[in-house]
Amino acid sequence: MSIRRILIANRGEIALRVIRTCRVLGIETVLAASEADLHSLPARFADRTLCIGPAHPSESYLKLDTIVQAALSAKADAIHPGYGFLSERAALARLCEEEGLIFIGPTSAQIDAVGDKLRARAEAETAGVPTAPGGAVETLGEAMLLGREIEPPLLIKAVGGGGGRGMKRVDRLEDLPAAMQLATAEAGAAFGDARVYLERFVACARHVEVQVLGDGNGGVIHLGERDCSVQRRYQKLIEETPAPTLSADFRTRIHQAAVQFAKRLQYRSAGTVEFLVDVDRGAFYFLEMNARIQVEHPVTEAVTGVDLVGEQIAIADGNGLRLMQENLHFDGCAIECRINAEDPARDFRPSPGVVSAAVWPSDEGVRVDTHIVSGSRVSPFYDSLLAKIIVQGPDRLAALKRMRQAIAETRIDGIATNLPFHAEVLADSEFATGGVDTSFLARFLERRLPLEA
Amino acid sequence: MSLTAKDVAEILRLLEESSFDSLSLEINGMKLNLQRGSATRTQQVRELATAAAPVAAASPPARPKAKPPSEPGLADVPSPLLGVFYRAPKPGEPPFVQPGCKVEPETVIGIIEVMKLMNSVRAGVTGEVAEILAENGALVEYGEILLRVRPEA
Repeated sequence: MSIRRILIANRGEIALRVIRTCRVLGIETVLAASEADLHSLPARFADRTLCIGPAHPSESYLKLDTIVQAALSAKADAIHPGYGFLSERAALARLCEEEGLIFIGPTSAQIDAVGDKLRARAEAETAGVPTAPGGAVETLGEAMLLGREIEPPLLIKAVGGGGGRGMKRVDRLEDLPAAMQLATAEAGAAFGDARVYLERFVACARHVEVQVLGDGNGGVIHLGERDCSVQRRYQKLIEETPAPTLSADFRTRIHQAAVQFAKRLQYRSAGTVEFLVDVDRGAFYFLEMNARIQVEHPVTEAVTGVDLVGEQIAIADGNGLRLMQENLHFDGCAIECRINAEDPARDFRPSPGVVSAAVWPSDEGVRVDTHIVSGSRVSPFYDSLLAKIIVQGPDRLAALKRMRQAIAETRIDGIATNLPFHAEVLADSEFATGGVDTSFLARFLERRLPLEA
Repeated sequence: MSLTAKDVAEILRLLEESSFDSLSLEINGMKLNLQRGSATRTQQVRELATAAAPVAAASPPARPKAKPPSEPGLADVPSPLLGVFYRAPKPGEPPFVQPGCKVEPETVIGIIEVMKLMNSVRAGVTGEVAEILAENGALVEYGEILLRVRPEA
């Protein structure tokens, strides 16, 4: 079996990112693009571009049958789903399996296993991976009992949720009945699955995730962790590796937990096991597994030198793991800033439009993953990610300096971006110290507000 | 040096007399953007920007390719979906339409198969089929022109 042609079922920077690796590997690319993206940079770089539908994602990028038909008709051997859109839709993996196409990702059964958050939690427990105190609740009685046991503040989480969606915080036990009712109704409406579970709310938490690669037969390696605690409303803004201030022992344990979890699933392809680090208790809990390549994967690539998309393709092609854990070397620190078309002066409102001029940094140790050039159109139909600026340095301070410089050299005209906001965060002393928790950005926004008024 | 109102007026006059449609000027951190005719502004910004960026200047991929119409005034019937185009209801049967056929908006002109699901394509216009572009059994993209109709006056 050999992959010679890949259909890319995505857009933007990740489509270009996949095309880049395919070019290196000599694999032909077919881009499935919406009408709005026919003139995009990925469309120019792909060997062939097929127009799959109008701009609206539900009529193009989310149309599973159309994507698979396009792959079959274009005689592609495999589909790369990127992130978002259909990447974690078990139905796409299943349809590929049925049609004899290679899905560059995990099996449909694995996507199902991690997509159901309660099942993933149960798998984690079986694998001996720590989970936050809590569990499934079917009745209000059960919820009250469990709520009393783990003590508020609590989180009610939707089984079908994830990535910060479908969560409710409850501070007092007497508020639990009303919150349960609301959460169940909302989960049913939003995810078509009314099931919820309870978890302890961790007041001071960090988001640390571990990159893994699995061969599908129980062989799993990890490629270190990423700290993604700088978030605004559960949207990651800055990611880095290694996670600052963790002890060597803690780091080893969290890596091992991720490997154990992926081994338990006999996970295939690249995936990320997310953990919540309870800063006060010095513990970590399994959160969820993302069965796809992630936006922030380049920081891992920057310190390991591994092309994760290349490894995804190799695994999908039946070559298994080409890397051995003991041969992996982690070189220094890497930071990524997500440059979004959103206006920090107007509560981060999306700012679509035409980029009249774009200038990206190009210093040593700087990588820019972007689909934006001067003249690019930022469509209101898609997410606001314009670019990811990734820097690497021998240590965190060096990487931080490089990032400040890189942000200063970047210029995007014509639309509002969060560049000035990044510059502010990077200059902040709390961030510079490192190891901030997930509420850092909210605090930062509060204390900087008076300055702006 | 900085720009005074008089300077701006002078620049405006120069632009007015020139053959250019827009002007961007940057002096000591001060930016001046002038544009002639607001209706075409976006297009001009794009053209200017692409001219400045070699990568963007590369010619964009053509909209699903189509041969030019054989006569003026023909109406395009574009594909509503990406899929496999069939001219006939079943293999071996006569095609839905041939050049010269009269069509109305609801007339079925072909089928597009998407993963074994057959979708009827309707003409969407009243007139006479002038030319058929899409081949039977071929992959057609969204928006690709399937056939052209000589609209009824």
